[in-house]
Amino acid sequence: MYVYDQYDQLIVDQRVAQFRGQTERFLAGKLSDSEFLPLRLQNGLYIQRLAPMMRIAVPYGLLNSTQLRKLAEITRVFDKGYAHVSTRQNIQLNWPRLEEVPDILAELASVQMHAIQTSGNCIRNTTTDQYAGVATDELEDPRPYCEIIRQWSTLHPEFAFLPRKFKIAVCGTAEDRAAIHAHDIGIELVPNAEGEIGCKILAGGGLGRTPVIGSVICEWLEKKHLLTYLEAILRVYNQNGRRDNKFKARIKILVKAMGVDAFREMVEQEWVALKDGPATLTEQEIDRAKSFFTEPDYLTLDATEATSKLTAECVREPIFGNWVKRNTVAHRVPGYQIVNISLKATGFAPGDITDSQLELMADLADEFSFGEIRTTHQQNMVLADVQMDQLYTLWQRLQKAGLATANHGYLTDIICCPGGDYCSLANAKSIPVAEAIQARFDDLDYLYDLGPIELNISGCMNACGHHHIGHIGILGVDKKGEEFYQVCLGGSQAKNASIGKILGPSFSQDDMPDVIDKLLTTYLELREEDEIFLDTYRRVGIEPFKERVYAKAD
Amino acid sequence: MPKLIKQGQIVEDSWQPVDADAASTGTHQILSLDQWLALTDKAGRAVQLEPGQAPAPLFDELAQIPLIAINFPVFTDGRGFSYGRELRHRGFTGELRACGHIIRDQLTYLRRCGFDTFQMADESDLAAALASLSDFSEYYQAAVDQPLPLFRRRG
Ligand code: SF4
Repeated sequence: MYVYDQYDQLIVDQRVAQFRGQTERFLAGKLSDSEFLPLRLQNGLYIQRLAPMMRIAVPYGLLNSTQLRKLAEITRVFDKGYAHVSTRQNIQLNWPRLEEVPDILAELASVQMHAIQTSGNCIRNTTTDQYAGVATDELEDPRPYCEIIRQWSTLHPEFAFLPRKFKIAVCGTAEDRAAIHAHDIGIELVPNAEGEIGCKILAGGGLGRTPVIGSVICEWLEKKHLLTYLEAILRVYNQNGRRDNKFKARIKILVKAMGVDAFREMVEQEWVALKDGPATLTEQEIDRAKSFFTEPDYLTLDATEATSKLTAECVREPIFGNWVKRNTVAHRVPGYQIVNISLKATGFAPGDITDSQLELMADLADEFSFGEIRTTHQQNMVLADVQMDQLYTLWQRLQKAGLATANHGYLTDIICCPGGDYCSLANAKSIPVAEAIQARFDDLDYLYDLGPIELNISGCMNACGHHHIGHIGILGVDKKGEEFYQVCLGGSQAKNASIGKILGPSFSQDDMPDVIDKLLTTYLELREEDEIFLDTYRRVGIEPFKERVYAKAD
Repeated sequence: MPKLIKQGQIVEDSWQPVDADAASTGTHQILSLDQWLALTDKAGRAVQLEPGQAPAPLFDELAQIPLIAINFPVFTDGRGFSYGRELRHRGFTGELRACGHIIRDQLTYLRRCGFDTFQMADESDLAAALASLSDFSEYYQAAVDQPLPLFRRRG
């Protein structure tokens, strides 16, 4: 993973000092609320319903064990002993004290972490595939480009006061696990006709009030032009994006209003001035970035032997076998496996993790996965490089800590924003809805029979829970001061991305498990062979679901 | 006389602020874009851009403009940052001033975008504002003050 040199460290340290000064000025009444607001947001600090909420950057979801231990310590010393993994692969603290935030930032800086631009109207944390570097279907590892973008976007002088937040995602695989279509800019590493890998650039995707799938702005861009091209897009957006209405301020609205072709033309014009200038990437810089993401010291393992041994263990202990089947994924290197650790146990808020679990993860990362761990936008964690013959030992350790829930990719692996329990923007609570659904559908055999289903919940239109791209999406709405929930169906974040369609009038919180039950029964009745929920929905449309859910009881 | 931070010093302003309604304007008055566009002889005359007034109409005259002020009526409206970079990129070498409701925490960014003069809404603590220009000593990106990105300078 990327390691800071003296420059990276200096920039982060100076940022901490700057924020300490800003906080002191605010507390001394020398900086007004409205002036402090964007400054603290750009350091990840919200003032929420009950307390400040602090969002710590986890660049493209990668953490090492030292950082995990530091996070555990921070949650213990400065918070209530737990943290939350967000849908942007970041880590959130729900109860820090404003005056201690500079100290938290200093602690983070001591392990090469920060909270820069995790919120506010600026370029946010760049996200990517949680299986980057180990996926079997990967064309090229996207992380070096994520790191290059991270550095370019960090404290970018021109783009700190954009019309609205700006999110970039990169993927390098056939299957898009980074939801690049739902980002302000999506980058896919693709080959051109000559087989050279470059960047396909999408712009104008996004969720929120007006969900839009991104449009292709450039089919293939030579890698060296990546930063100048991004700069051109941002410059066009910064000058032309709407600032009169925050619901119309994202780049997706600009691209729509101008039309993709006119937008592209404007970007290309702007790019002429930047192209081949000093910000053009050098081969040396690309190689430097790549040098941090080389292969760890994999052992040469006999895959056939490892597989048969694992199969035998799975037969001997079916619960383990089930976990292997549901939560682990094939690895690029023979004899290794990717392990998903579900943070979606029934009874816990989705994505929450305690200090001792964080410490355990650090130990497990050290023992089983070269000291690294990943956070995912599904609010889970991943140990990316586990030897097959160690899976059993790992599983036993996870089980003891309540981290072996075998629901990865199934209904109860719910993506859920903090919602009304924590977030001051919420229209409704989201965690209790997730918990009620998890409690109702906790029969694993039933879940597996249902097959993979993505259920996403947001507490308001800001869509942090990505409800539009869940196969089933739930959105908290406010009806005359009461909390209600709107359901949409058919969203998808995969390559053939789609935005969910609203089912109909909204429901009360108590009704939600029943509504989900009716949707699932309808699916089970209609599915053909091995069809997953999304495919059945796409085949039969929304009507049968609607009829069932809104049928009058007679 | 109002004070300014200019090229790292606190100085008195020798220009008069924009008066958009004035029928006639002195040579030491900063002009609104409309006033400036209406002039037949633009040599030596200063102009101020508002958010939404992209700098393109100035491009052909840059050599004879001594001062371009860019107003930030709301400090969170960041269009002016791009205007500054565009102007410097086109070769403007005169005074580039940020005015309006800018706060000291933005000065480093503004300087990096090519601004060399800062007219703070709050003149009470210009020394502190000046000091904040040294908040950072290293940057990743290419910008006006340091045209080489860090990756071309890393040892
Ligand atoms: S979706 Fe709304 S309620 Fe949920 S975290 Fe985002 S802003 Fe808060």
